Formats: sequence, structure tokens, C-alpha cells
Amino acid sequence: MAEDVVERALAPVVPAGRARRERLGRLRSRSAPYVLVAPFFLLFGAFGLFPLAATAWTSLFRVELTDPGAREWVGAHNYARLLTDDFFWNALANTVVIGVLATVPQLLLALGAAHLLDARLRGRLFFRVAALAPYATSVAAATLVFALFYGRDQGMVNWAVGLVGLDPVDWQNGPWASRFAVASIVIWRWTGYNALIYLAAMQTVPPELYEAAALDGAGRWRRFWHVTLPGLRPALAFTGIVSTIGAVQLFGEPLLFSSGAGASGGADHQYQTLGLYLYEQGWVNLHLGRAAAIAWAMLLLLVVVFGLVRLLGRKGGRR
Amino acid sequence: MGALPLSEPCQNTVNTRDPSKTFDDRARPVGRTGEAGPGPGAAPPAAPAPPPTVGAMGWRNGPRRRTGARLRARALPLAGALLLVAALLGGCATDPPVPAPPGGGPEVDGAGRPVTLTVGVYGTFGLKEAGLYDTYMRLHPDVAIRQTSLARADVYYPQLLTHLTAGAGLADVQAVEVGNIAEVVDTQADRLADLAHAPGVDEAAFLPWKWAQARTDDGRVLGLGTDIGPLAVCYRKDHFAAAGLPTDREEVGRLWAGDWRKYLETGRRFAARAPEGVAFTDSASGVMAAVISGAKLRYYDAGGRLVVGSNPAVRAAWDLGAEFARYGLTARFQQFTPDWDQGFAHGRFASIACPAWMLGYIQDKGGPAGKGLWDVAKAPRPGNWGGSFLVVPSAGRHVAEAAELAAWLTAPEQQAVLFERRGSFPSAEAAFGLPQVRGARHPYFGDAPVGRIYSAAALGVPVAPVGPKDGLVNTILSDTGMLQVDQTGRSPDSAWRAAMQAIDNALDR
Repeated sequence: MAEDVVERALAPVVPAGRARRERLGRLRSRSAPYVLVAPFFLLFGAFGLFPLAATAWTSLFRVELTDPGAREWVGAHNYARLLTDDFFWNALANTVVIGVLATVPQLLLALGAAHLLDARLRGRLFFRVAALAPYATSVAAATLVFALFYGRDQGMVNWAVGLVGLDPVDWQNGPWASRFAVASIVIWRWTGYNALIYLAAMQTVPPELYEAAALDGAGRWRRFWHVTLPGLRPALAFTGIVSTIGAVQLFGEPLLFSSGAGASGGADHQYQTLGLYLYEQGWVNLHLGRAAAIAWAMLLLLVVVFGLVRLLGRKGGRR
Repeated sequence: MGALPLSEPCQNTVNTRDPSKTFDDRARPVGRTGEAGPGPGAAPPAAPAPPPTVGAMGWRNGPRRRTGARLRARALPLAGALLLVAALLGGCATDPPVPAPPGGGPEVDGAGRPVTLTVGVYGTFGLKEAGLYDTYMRLHPDVAIRQTSLARADVYYPQLLTHLTAGAGLADVQAVEVGNIAEVVDTQADRLADLAHAPGVDEAAFLPWKWAQARTDDGRVLGLGTDIGPLAVCYRKDHFAAAGLPTDREEVGRLWAGDWRKYLETGRRFAARAPEGVAFTDSASGVMAAVISGAKLRYYDAGGRLVVGSNPAVRAAWDLGAEFARYGLTARFQQFTPDWDQGFAHGRFASIACPAWMLGYIQDKGGPAGKGLWDVAKAPRPGNWGGSFLVVPSAGRHVAEAAELAAWLTAPEQQAVLFERRGSFPSAEAAFGLPQVRGARHPYFGDAPVGRIYSAAALGVPVAPVGPKDGLVNTILSDTGMLQVDQTGRSPDSAWRAAMQAIDNALDR
């Protein structure tokens, strides 16, 4: 009843009021998505964008961890010196080498494993969980165990090498041996994860396609090549990107691979990655400005790599 | 790979290693590992959308009658999967309970006391293990003490700096390693309390050079010495006998008295008749560090300038270490790695330059089987390798109480207890005469009179200036430079240049 009274009292203004209410409603429905996603962007701003910007700002100064308040403006000096920094180029080369050594076999193995898991197996669930088990293991735990395996004098790997009749390998000091050893930890940890992504993608390929291909006389290999792989394209791209990012940021495995090397990445820095060099500059040598510059160089590296990939991909597409 | 957020490592902090007390703060065995991602990790991506009835993991949804046989067929792998998950989780076992401190007496839990003091240390520092906190709490009913510890000194120190500059997250008393003390005194003076006149502090009790290492130019004393690392040589009597060398500690000491070159000569004599698979010493880096530890001038001169590249004493130590490698007298270990630990257990080397704090380490790693085989002889020249300080941040809530605690913990009587129970040698000269130190014999090392041997070494140590980056320079010389000479056969000159380049880069020169 009260509403009635109000309604009547407002009668002359109703059209305007309704219009305003409608405008408000439209505004509300239009702004609702932004309000709903705002928490993400606030968090992203605080924990993603701000550190990024702060790192960029820091990289323009000479700053020491002993007194971060005392900054000395050096402009682009921290970046310029990277060009002549042997340790930086060494770390970059190591990152690329270990990245390739780790990523290529890992994705191929994952593809094979996914293919096997896709088949009808007894105890399929067990194998699928087992495939994910390395991924669920912490980097530290896995690396420490691998470091034991790769021990020079008492390691299991060298024991096996001895059984075959070869000389023991110095897995810590050998430049290629150590890079391979670090890459093997990455392969072990991430193959199962990628395999499950491929497996999920494989199961989205409609069985009719396989049937049709089989009717047309395509063998197993051709069906894999012409039906399965095209169906996996998004998954392949995704795992490729994630693995590349991971390779550039590779850190935990080389840090813990030798308990004596720490952030130096071996006596001759033979497996020091960019992530490790960043950490060494910042938290061992205490040069925050230089560490920040390395961090941005790593980001730029990724941007350049993906830019090139896109460029090549577009050219390939036009063909 | 670091693409996804790194999970917490298992925290099996079973750290049996003694302190922590080397220059070499990067070469620490990994008890707990500090893991820090290089940047914000990418968020875990969503897997491609699964088809309606098949999940990515292959668990099929939808109504389905399960017969007994089916259930069994599915239960088995499921059980296997659960077992696997359980095994993974079980891998992160909890720490073993801390054994009750020696010394007995009622447990002091410190609950409900008005003042709680925290002590931040690295490694197994020994103060808690020696029962000193409990004694203090018994003497001071109004004070409770808690200790926070990081296993790795290379994680501890940057964190301490961050906390100091932020003025937050600090313990009331913090430990600082001798390799970092000069940098702390240089850069953190206005964030630390002056302990020179804190109640209970007696300058005369300390070795003068230890006192001076934590003193600023204007006379404030920011750290009180806990322990030092006077040098001796530990050796295996069985290996020495097998190689036809004397085994009595006085005679062994005379073999190389006065000159590290005689230690090399002894090594060559040993190698000529060495038992199969036994090297004379553990590592070239160990020899180099020991020789440098007795030099009057090390990496910095008295004016604070870096002289590591031009100091003949450093180069002489380097060359001597390299000679050990050249003649194959080392077991080619890196100190504080698991391989090195196993080297003690398997008796892979016959002697090692051992500061006082290393005795407990050798005992731990050598195990019961090594008891009575080891002995301690005088080092060719006295030297000091390692040691630590306690500082009191002025941002703390209980600065006065903390200073009093630091003074008490570093007083001669408590340092003597620390030596008796943990082997950390007193930095307080006044403690040398106390019966726990003067009369100390070590049963594991054939009842060697370690108190007498190390006291003599401590009093003979030449006073060398310490510099801000001593710890870092030492680590690079050992782990980048000499390690390559020893383990990969890199030429001493080439490795020296590599080490100098790494030092210049690390020190931003």
C-alpha cells in the first residue's frame, strides 16, 4: 500500500525515473563483469605488475642488498655491461643448451607415453597416476636424489656405467655430462605432466575419424600422423610454450644439483643457467641492480623468442 | 622446471654437521634447501577441455552399475594409485624429535614468561645443543628463549641483511659468520646495538683480534665473538703406520713443524707407500685454506683494499694447494659435500687440516668405526679458520635484555661449556685456563689433549685484517679456482685467472 502511495506521488516523474533506473541497470550489468574480474587484476597488479615495474626501476640503479635504500643512478649501465659479461653469455648458452636437452626428449617421450596410456591397459589408473607422480614430487627432493645417483665415487649411475665397462663419468665437473644430468632431472619431472595433457587431448579426437581413416586403409602410423597429431595441435603448442618458459626460468634443479656448487652452477659455471646467475648476482654477490637487469633480459628473451615463433608461424600459414 | 610454482621441499632437517663455522659459507651441505623462484611463476594452466564423459585422468562419470568383478578390477589400480600418493606424501617425514639437552635438570619450557627473546642462527650452531638457553632461563625466570635456525648459511646471510634493512623480521640476537662480519660492521652499524658496554661484557676476556673484528672505526663494538677456528692437523694412525710414518702425535707434529711445505714432503713420502685407495689429504682447497688461515695478510690490507690478486701469501697458498693436486696427494673431494662425508666414513684420506669445530664433524661422519683411528697433531703453522659472532639488532623489542643474553652466551664460562659439549673453541682468552678447556681430551681422537693443542694454536694466530667480502672471495678461490685444479686437472695459472675474473665480477670491480 505504501508503495502505491509513493507510486502515485511520483506519477509525473515516472518516465524519467524509470529511464534513470534503466540506465543504472544497464550500467550495472555492463560494469558487473569488470567488478567481478577486479580482484584478479588487483592481485595481478600487486603481485605481478608492481614487481615487474619495480624490477625495471631497480635495474637502472646500482643497489646493494646491504643497503637497498642507497641507490646510485646508472641508467642503462647494468644492461650495457651484460653485453660484455662473460658469465651472462655463458649462462645464456647453458640455458639454451639445457633447455633443448630437456625439452625435446621430454615432449617426444610424453607423446609416446600418452599414446601408450591411451591404449586399453590393465591398471590404467595406476599408470596414469604414476605418470603424474614425478610432477607431484618437489624439485628439491627429486634433485637431491638425482644428485646422489650422479655422485662421482659412490653414485648409482657410475656404478651402472662401470657394469657396461666404461670409465666413470664426472657428472658434476664434465661440461656436457653435468648439463645432461641437470636436463635429465627436468625430463623425469615433466614428462608425465605433458603426457597427461597429450592424453587428454588425444581423447578428444573423435573415434569416427580413426574408423574412417582405418576404412580408407591407413595404418597405425599414418593414423597417428594424420589424425592424432593434428588433433593435438593446441596441446602441442601449449606444452611447447610452457616448456620454453620453464627452460628459460630453470633454477631449482641446477641450484641443488651439486651441494657444493650452490648458485655458481659448478666450478666452471658449466651448468649455471640465467635464473641461477640472477640469483647469484642478487643473493650471493648482493648486487640487486644487476640481478634486476638480468631478470628483464630474461623476459625480453622470451618475448623475442615468441615473437620469432609467431612470425615464422604466420609465414608458414600463408604458404 | 620453474614454469609452475615450485612446491615446498621436504624439510628433513637432520643436520648433524657442526657449524657452520667456515669461511666457506656457500659450500654447505644441504639440510633444508632454500628455494626461491626467480620470479612470479606462471599460473598452472588449465588442461584442454575434456569431452563430456571422459575426464583427463580417465575417471569415467555417469551412471554405471558396478558388478563385483568390475569393482575388483578397478579397485586394484586405485589402491596402487593411492599407495603411490601416500608414498609420495610420506616422503616428507617430519623432523625427528630434538634430543634432550645434555646436562640434565628439569625441562624449561619458558611458557608464560614476560620477556621472550629470539636467537637467529644458521646450521647447528651449538648454543641450544649445549643446553645454554636452558641454563639461562633457569637463571632468569622472567626470560624465555626461542631459537630460529636456517640450515644453510648462504640463505641465512642475505635474509639477515634484508631483515636488517627493513627493520622487521629480526631475531633479538643474530649470529654472524666471520667471513661476513666486516661487511656487517661496515654497512649495518646504525642498525645494530653497541655491545661494548653492555652489562656483563668484559673486553679483557676476549682475544684482542676477535674483539677488534667487530669494532667500528668510532669504537663501537657490534658483535661479540662466540668461537674461533684454531688449526691443527687430524690424521689416521692406521694409514700413517701402513705408509711407514710415525703415529705418535708429537712425532707427527715434528714431521711438518714450522712449514706447510714439510706437510707436502710428508705427503709425498706417504704416497710412495700409501695403502690402496687412500690419499694423503682430502682436497687441495682444504690445504690452501689452511695455509691462508695463518697468513698475516689475506684478501684485504689494513686499509680495506682488496689485495687478493697481488698478495704473495695468497699465491703461495694457491701454489702449494696446486702442488698437492699435481702430485696426486688429494682424494679430490669438495669440502662439505656428501662425497666428502663418505670419504671420512670410508677412510679415503689419511690427514686433513682441521680447525677445532671440525672435530665433531669428523666424529659424526667417521662414525663409531673410526674411533681410535684418528688423532690430532699440531699444524705446521698456527692459523685461524672460521668462527662466529652474535649481534643485537637495535630494531628489536628487547634490546637491553638481548644484549645481556649475548654477553652471557659469549662469557668465558659459557664458551667453555660450548667447547666441552660441541667442540667450538672459545674466542674468550679467559676461557683457555678453565679446566673444561685446558684439560680437555677428545676420546674419539685417541684422547688427544685438544684443549692444549688448540689453545697453543689460538695464541699463535697472526692478526690479519678482515675485509667485507672475505667469505665470498674465499668461496670463489676454493670452489671456482682450486676445485678445478684438483678435480678437472685445469692448470693452476688458468684456474687462477678464472678465479680472479669471478672475484672481479662478484665484487663488481
